[in-house]
Amino acid sequence: MASRILMSKLSPTMEEGRVLQWLKQEGDAVEMGDAVVEIETDKANMEVEAMGSGVLRVILVPEGDTVPTGTMLGVVGEADEDIAAVLAEAETEATASDNGSSASAEAAAPAAPAAESPPAPPTATVADAASGSPAPLSSAPPTGDGDGDGDRVKASPLARRMASEEGIELARVSGSGPGGRIVKRDIEAALRGGGAAAATVLEVGPEVPYERVELSQVRKAIARNLVKSLGPIPHFFLTSEIDMARVLELRKELNESLKGSGIKIGVNDILIKVAAQALLAHPHVNVSFAGDHIRMYKRVDVGIAVAIPDGLITPVLRAADSKGLQRIAEDTRDLIARAREKKLLPDEYYGATFTITNLGPYGIDEFTAVINPPAATILAVGATREKPVALGGSVEIRPRMRVTLGCDHRAVDGATGAEFVATFKDMLENPLRLVL
Amino acid sequence: MSRRNERGKRVLVATKATESDELLGLDRDRLVEMLRWMILARRFEEKAAEMYQMGEIGGFCHLYIGQEAVAAGAITPLGDDDYVITAYRDHAQALIRGLDANALMAELFGRVGGSSGGKGGSMHIFNAARHFMGGHAIVGSHLPIAIGLGYAIRYRDSDAVCVCFMGDSVVNIGAFNESLNMAALWDLPVIFLIENNLFGMGTAVHRAAAVEKLADRACAYAGMEGWTVDGMDVLAVRKSVERAIERARLERKPTLIEAVTYRYMGHSMSDPSHGVYRTKEDVLEHRKKVDPIDHFVDTLKKHAVIDGSDVTQIEESVMAIVAESVEFAKNSPEPDPEALYTDIYYGDYPDPKRRDPWR
Amino acid sequence: MAVIAYREALNQALREEMRRDPDIFLMGEEIAEYDGAYKVTKGLLEEFGEMRVRDAPIAEMGFAGLGVGAAMAGLRPVIEFMTWNFALLAIDEIVNTAAKLRYMSGGQLKLPITFRGPNAGAIQLAASHSQSFESWYAYVPGLKVVAPSTPRDAKGLLKSAIRDDNPVVFLENEVIYGLKGEVPDDEDFTIPLGQSEVKRSGDDVTVVAHARSVHWAMEAAEILAEKHDISVEVVDPRTIRPLDIDTILDSVRKTNRCVIVEEGHPFCGIGAQVVDDIQREAFDYLDAPVIRVTGPDAPTPYARNLEQLSLPQAEFIVQAVQHVSYLE
Repeated sequence: MASRILMSKLSPTMEEGRVLQWLKQEGDAVEMGDAVVEIETDKANMEVEAMGSGVLRVILVPEGDTVPTGTMLGVVGEADEDIAAVLAEAETEATASDNGSSASAEAAAPAAPAAESPPAPPTATVADAASGSPAPLSSAPPTGDGDGDGDRVKASPLARRMASEEGIELARVSGSGPGGRIVKRDIEAALRGGGAAAATVLEVGPEVPYERVELSQVRKAIARNLVKSLGPIPHFFLTSEIDMARVLELRKELNESLKGSGIKIGVNDILIKVAAQALLAHPHVNVSFAGDHIRMYKRVDVGIAVAIPDGLITPVLRAADSKGLQRIAEDTRDLIARAREKKLLPDEYYGATFTITNLGPYGIDEFTAVINPPAATILAVGATREKPVALGGSVEIRPRMRVTLGCDHRAVDGATGAEFVATFKDMLENPLRLVL
Repeated sequence: MSRRNERGKRVLVATKATESDELLGLDRDRLVEMLRWMILARRFEEKAAEMYQMGEIGGFCHLYIGQEAVAAGAITPLGDDDYVITAYRDHAQALIRGLDANALMAELFGRVGGSSGGKGGSMHIFNAARHFMGGHAIVGSHLPIAIGLGYAIRYRDSDAVCVCFMGDSVVNIGAFNESLNMAALWDLPVIFLIENNLFGMGTAVHRAAAVEKLADRACAYAGMEGWTVDGMDVLAVRKSVERAIERARLERKPTLIEAVTYRYMGHSMSDPSHGVYRTKEDVLEHRKKVDPIDHFVDTLKKHAVIDGSDVTQIEESVMAIVAESVEFAKNSPEPDPEALYTDIYYGDYPDPKRRDPWR
Repeated sequence: MAVIAYREALNQALREEMRRDPDIFLMGEEIAEYDGAYKVTKGLLEEFGEMRVRDAPIAEMGFAGLGVGAAMAGLRPVIEFMTWNFALLAIDEIVNTAAKLRYMSGGQLKLPITFRGPNAGAIQLAASHSQSFESWYAYVPGLKVVAPSTPRDAKGLLKSAIRDDNPVVFLENEVIYGLKGEVPDDEDFTIPLGQSEVKRSGDDVTVVAHARSVHWAMEAAEILAEKHDISVEVVDPRTIRPLDIDTILDSVRKTNRCVIVEEGHPFCGIGAQVVDDIQREAFDYLDAPVIRVTGPDAPTPYARNLEQLSLPQAEFIVQAVQHVSYLE
């Protein structure tokens, strides 16, 4: 299946990028995760990796050209694959971007605080909900006291220096010192990912057994550098489209077999199960970044974003990897019900090792979600739609679902994330593998 | 030696020339040397006054003009090991103790060629090599130092002495009592020499000290003697100091000498020479009738030690020295800015500039 | 290494140095026949005789200045003040002569003199007898100022002070004269002036303290470690001038927080100077304002309860450390 090479948006302020160098030429074989093109952003030069395997079919933007983020730069596909439809998208995009350049700015919107508009992306709740501790990264700077210095960010000299060295925007950090002063511990918490409160809870939350993986020099450099791109957690996103036909059939069969039991398995339950299984196969994705090391969890605790009237909350289904579908369905139902009644205990909504957020029911086709610390990944699930798909030389109407995995680049690299997504997709398209 | 004038103020009256025909047994060279020192001190300070008025010399500048017999009479009998210490009216003592006139004038100018490299000024003249230990500007502060010098002499069992000059006001400050007491208590070889010029700044001595004669203060200390001598007569001063030196060396006793003298200038260059506390006439009367240089020249002439041409020759040689000192001082550079931070401590010390934020 | 009292350590230092250098003599009130008001000079008259261990009349300016004069003449006097409160009568000789003569003479003179005696408060001696003078003397270029906190420091630093060719103000403390500690017997043992010592290592907060305050700081550090899980580093400058600020700065750069303790008054105190150095040299390392625990901005009272209240005791230091740690 063809995959697109895009001008990735690598920071909230990035609106365009320049193609520096194509690392593959048209016709070159490309493996998923291969660096295909080097682009220059406003802060750094970055390599864009292939999201699929095949050959680089076409280069759409030549070296030296600057284009808005989101622009399709090229297409990777099977040598004989028909990529006309994909190319048509590129045409449309070009027209759109000719007409206006604000699209990319709006694309950054999901990173903004959730409270602004329901339905919200499933992230900004975490710290607030956690323990009543000071709000984390995304909260506003300390408000003024009427003296007209409301915009001034109060920070200790040390905190200012650390923030400057680590590329942290002070306005995005909440201070826990007197009068909202940002102090060392707040910056450290931000570096660990998730602000003071989140970091604190990270220490006290239910302990998931994990293996401590020391940071290599390269990993340290990546962690240090990438925080400069998008707040304390450098996000990147991997999108894939999944054929849901077989899994929907399976669900139907399962529910028929469960008739009368009062239990009904939802698509979400299957997604949780599949994600947990896929994470077992890709332990490097079931992680969190902990400052000077990475925690590689030995259990999969899946957070499920749930919209509630005044925001959202993320109950955690513990040990999803060791639970059967039926149990997952039961537990999830209970968690969601109690979440809506605000009856969850703190332990039940903090400390996911992976998060799933599904805005499909709201008609969203595809979106990016902001990571829910301490987890290093979040899967944003769009609506399943009937689409014409080229299959074996003919066009078929198939139920297709697009998912986007948001990754903390300090802990997870593109290829690592992509391998997980590929497994996830493969399991959904071949659901019988679940029983293996 | 003093009487009250018509306004009831005490003034020094002319005293008879030294009765001593034997001129203390001093040979011609010694006598001429003493005269020469007095004239050098006089001419040097007259030039200093001029330079002060021209703005070449700053700060406080206290002149000794009129009092030269005291310094010359007290310092010339001393040996190399003896110590001299005084207060802030210190130019004459420094010169007579052997400080080069160039170094003294350059110090007054605040130049690098000065005796303290320009960092002490008029009130803080030192010549450690010649045991001239200052130059102390706080009234009373150098008396304890003087007995320390005396203690060191005694500690080393040396037969040196320390001559401590002081103004008349010092007898009223606590340190005077503390020092004379300890000197007497421990038999220290210190000669306390009061230059009683009748006024402590602008206050007549009798208005500040509750004694008839300042030397009477010695009676408070067992073993100490107190003498009053004519401070306008260099031989009288010398004679009494020689006796005090003997007492210090042989009897190990300190002596208090009050040399009654007169200063022609104001307390310092910033003060008037006369005014509320004395009249212009009083000053002129002293200059005319009891000038120590005139008096000593007369004595030496009377004894045929010198004639007029000797005086002319001394004056010429002294004027050459003074003129050269001004040239030297003018040509001596101002201290290097680095000198601000030198000589604060002996040996290594962390860079003091570190604490100066804007340097 | 023997365990001896602070006063004995000082006595050893004096005795060893006097044996080593015949130019050293002692002078002060009641130091000879009476063995010293606080017995620091015990037995020295017997060994060295009257010329070298001299009882002075009660005339502080006189015998302080005598020391200055003797130093100018090449001796190495050690002048004892029965307490530093009495040295106010002699301060002209210390500040105006001892400290200035080298400079004013353009380097012609050197002043190898030590002024020593108990500084700061004792017990219920009231305002005239309970003052800390370190900031007075540390203010003066030309003086060195030392304030040892332990018997070991007392001995090593007094020996260095005596050997130093500059005027040294050596501030002891009556309350810790009886404090015992390990002191090297070695006659060559000295501690250089101008070297801070880390009295206790820690990571979270630097506490700078000298003299008796070191002991309050150590007590506070213990409490903070046990009850509050805060790791305190105690830095004792030992010499106030020249101040080894680098050791303090290194510590503050590590901990990012600093509390300065001193027994003296707050206004223009030693801590004020240390704060200046820290804010200038380690600004970007500070995570909290530097705060100070000092005696009160009031004369020292007589009443026992009020006097106790005026000491920069451990409890106050604990609070201050919590404050800079944002843990109140």
